[in-house]
Amino acid sequence: MAKITYISHDGTERTVEAKNGESVMEAAIKNSIPGIDADCGGACACATCHVYVDEAFLDKTGVQEEMEKSMLDFAENVKPNSRLSCQIKVTDALDGLRVSTPESQH
Amino acid sequence: MDLSGASKIVIAGAGQAAAQAVQSLRQGGYKGTLTIVGEETALPYQRPPLSKAYMKGEMDEERLYFKPAAWYQDNNIEVILSAHATRIDRAARQLHIEHGGVLDYDALILATGSRPRKLPCQGADLAGVHDLRTLSDVERIRPQMVSGRRMVIIGAGYIGLEAAAVACTMGLDVTVLEMAPRVLARVTSPVMSEFYAQEHTAKGVKILTNTALSHLDGADGHVSAAVLADGTQLPADIVLVGIGILPNEELAKEAGIACANGILTDRDGRTSDPHVFAAGDCASRPLVHYGRTGRLESVHNAIEQGKLVAAAILGLPRPAEDCPWFWSDQYDLKLQIAGLSTDYDQIVLRGDPGTRKFAAFYLRNGTLIAVDAVNSPPEFLASKKLIMTGAKIAPEMLSDTTIPMKDIAASAAA
Repeated sequence: MAKITYISHDGTERTVEAKNGESVMEAAIKNSIPGIDADCGGACACATCHVYVDEAFLDKTGVQEEMEKSMLDFAENVKPNSRLSCQIKVTDALDGLRVSTPESQH
Repeated sequence: MDLSGASKIVIAGAGQAAAQAVQSLRQGGYKGTLTIVGEETALPYQRPPLSKAYMKGEMDEERLYFKPAAWYQDNNIEVILSAHATRIDRAARQLHIEHGGVLDYDALILATGSRPRKLPCQGADLAGVHDLRTLSDVERIRPQMVSGRRMVIIGAGYIGLEAAAVACTMGLDVTVLEMAPRVLARVTSPVMSEFYAQEHTAKGVKILTNTALSHLDGADGHVSAAVLADGTQLPADIVLVGIGILPNEELAKEAGIACANGILTDRDGRTSDPHVFAAGDCASRPLVHYGRTGRLESVHNAIEQGKLVAAAILGLPRPAEDCPWFWSDQYDLKLQIAGLSTDYDQIVLRGDPGTRKFAAFYLRNGTLIAVDAVNSPPEFLASKKLIMTGAKIAPEMLSDTTIPMKDIAASAAA
């Protein structure tokens, strides 16, 4: 289990309990977090679950695979801490994770 | 017609379009009653994984559901499951449900989806013969997917080939029958068909094209063989039928709502009755980027129409209509498709199919109309944007892998 805080572009914070094994995207969808559409349901096919990961957690969220890298290459407003939230698996180590959503997804 | 004062909205259907519509209605500020009537026993869930990760056992059932049961309660959405809508009374604005239920509506959304085409031959009802559309279909199929068993798949469309990839990976002996001269004939070009046929063949799947099924033979009520038109017997322990889907338009048709291979709608999803909307597989709508009307069988279409209908009912601005897109996972191949390739007059290949990373661009009069991108997200994502702008792009740029897709997109936009 991990508590994850989603911060929307207007600064609104929403904290949810996420289960180990599900993705940061899935936890957002189940809790209707605005700004994360995840149209493809987590197949890494649409880039509509783009988030910015809090720098303190960057190394805990795992490495980007080739597919995610090239999807992000075409997302809007990409930053060094950009990730596709469908590709981040929840573990105990992610407790306290903070991610924010880009304005373009709202 | 202004429906923004609606206080009773009913949705017939509980798939992707229905799930999106209820979410968008609540997010859009709708406070009235909201009722979903679904035929299946399950809450709305994702169908794509049924022929992919879920079929393979790599995904828990819980992860298929869009929302947990509590979400519907928290958002005051009534979900009536295992219920068949029988009739629309347009004059009284009521939806009738089997066994006597009647629901009043100000706005009715038909998200009735589609159903698999049935095999028109003898033996279609034998045990061991399955469609692949619902969660309960997969619950029946999965226990039979045991290494060494013989599976015959009728139809080499995306569903059939995705299931073949899963079954083959699980160690089944898989044969795919296709009447057309090539796999994926209805949905893509010969170059893609050839690539996928080769991939499956290399993995050990037997692909029989130009092959007509005569009937299925059984023993003790269970399927035992697929018999081809030429008399050949293919022993089978399990048969999957993937020969296309038909829109569930009868409810609308019987109520006198205009249908033509799908329930006809305007851009907002409104049918010929201004109080009735349609979204998803069952609806045929204007495809604004292609200048025609059509029915799309895809996640993107269901989501987009769910949003369009919700906005129209609430009187909110119409959400943007994106380029249609699709995907298919087979083995370690991710196919991403943007646009509709029908009517292309030129194909441009980028990359070598032999490397299992390439794209086929489809042009009409020099304008990019679609792409099939295999393990190539940049080609997919750049094309998705380019198709919307209707830009003309030089084929020799598209085929030149030394020019990054970003640069191609930028030059077309300039």
